[in-house]
Amino acid sequence: MVQLRLPPNSRIKKGKTFSSPTKSAHMKLFHIYRYDPDDKENPRLDTYELNLEECGPMVLDALIKIKNEVDPTLTFRRSCREGICGSCAMNIDGTNTLACIKHIEECKSDVKITPLPHLYVIKDLVPDLSFAYSQYDSIKPWIQSDETPPPDRERLQSIQEREKLDGLWECILCFCCTTSCPSYWWSGDKYLGPATLLQSYRWIADSRDEATGERLNALEDPFKLYRCHTIMNCTNTCPKSLNPAKAIGKIKEKMVERL
Amino acid sequence: MLSAPEDIKRPLSPHLQIYKPQITSVLSILHRGTGIVLFGGSILWCFWFVSLAGGRDAYHHYQTLLLNPVGLIILMGWSFSFFYHLCNGIRHLLWDIGIGYEMPTVRKSGWTVVFSSVLLTGITWTIGLMKWKGLL
Repeated sequence: MVQLRLPPNSRIKKGKTFSSPTKSAHMKLFHIYRYDPDDKENPRLDTYELNLEECGPMVLDALIKIKNEVDPTLTFRRSCREGICGSCAMNIDGTNTLACIKHIEECKSDVKITPLPHLYVIKDLVPDLSFAYSQYDSIKPWIQSDETPPPDRERLQSIQEREKLDGLWECILCFCCTTSCPSYWWSGDKYLGPATLLQSYRWIADSRDEATGERLNALEDPFKLYRCHTIMNCTNTCPKSLNPAKAIGKIKEKMVERL
Repeated sequence: MLSAPEDIKRPLSPHLQIYKPQITSVLSILHRGTGIVLFGGSILWCFWFVSLAGGRDAYHHYQTLLLNPVGLIILMGWSFSFFYHLCNGIRHLLWDIGIGYEMPTVRKSGWTVVFSSVLLTGITWTIGLMKWKGLL
């Protein structure tokens, strides 16, 4: 259901301000969403002043600096620090992206950081993605084939068949796209969302997979696929520059083709 | 899987409140909005036809009701909604046949829709008003 306002327990309160012990010509304010499940308080927006001369270039560097030097309780997911694991997906300056590949310099004024939108927050910048993962699981993201592969080699594809997977296999499942989609905000309980649908198309497009019919049948539903209204927020925000909206469009075309 | 203790009601992370408006989402909301305006406007048109069937006095009465500054603004809003919904509808049909999914194209087609719907509204009203005032 469309619910424009946040529920009462989720409304963001004004938080604390931490000023930097050192000063330079390059100072920056970071407003960061904080929520602690233990203190039973509403979420708040804390402000941290950082001296950029003493900080790495990426937003993730700033978060790590704050955690190391200012407030060790600041909680966020991170791992690879090079945009391949998808852990540090969050909303920075109003759009979803990966903190590790987002330059602080790209943020014109203060940097506002909140968790991925419209998810339940476990702590600070860590949202609960278990439902999104279970939706991903529901599309059976593995090869389905009755044929047993030859014992001495892989299942072969032509170069042209393999090319159809480009722009699909690179998805790192960070869910930046899914949580940028207003349609997913309002119907995320039934609509699968762009990340999962792109993955679904990744298997539909795979020449080695033989379950295309079943895969399309599973999406034949008023919500799972057709809640995509081509808003295109997904493609606009994907930190890997992939095109989930296009993949969803291809699934819709396949649906029509088999009529 | 993570499960919260019963007494913790997790907050919902902010969405509409913080997400930056962008050409993709704004034009999509505008498409929905203009659709609603068209629906409301069709009631207005129905009454117009009803008044036409009701004879000269009824039609004249309805005309005076509509043809004042407030009524004209409503009609202008309706005609803009009509042209926007039409142009963006064509954009949607192109997407449906697999054309125009790349981001630069999306931005270009979006602005084209905005400008052409404003232009078409302008042309329609220039012609309409000139006819009304007997200049054409």
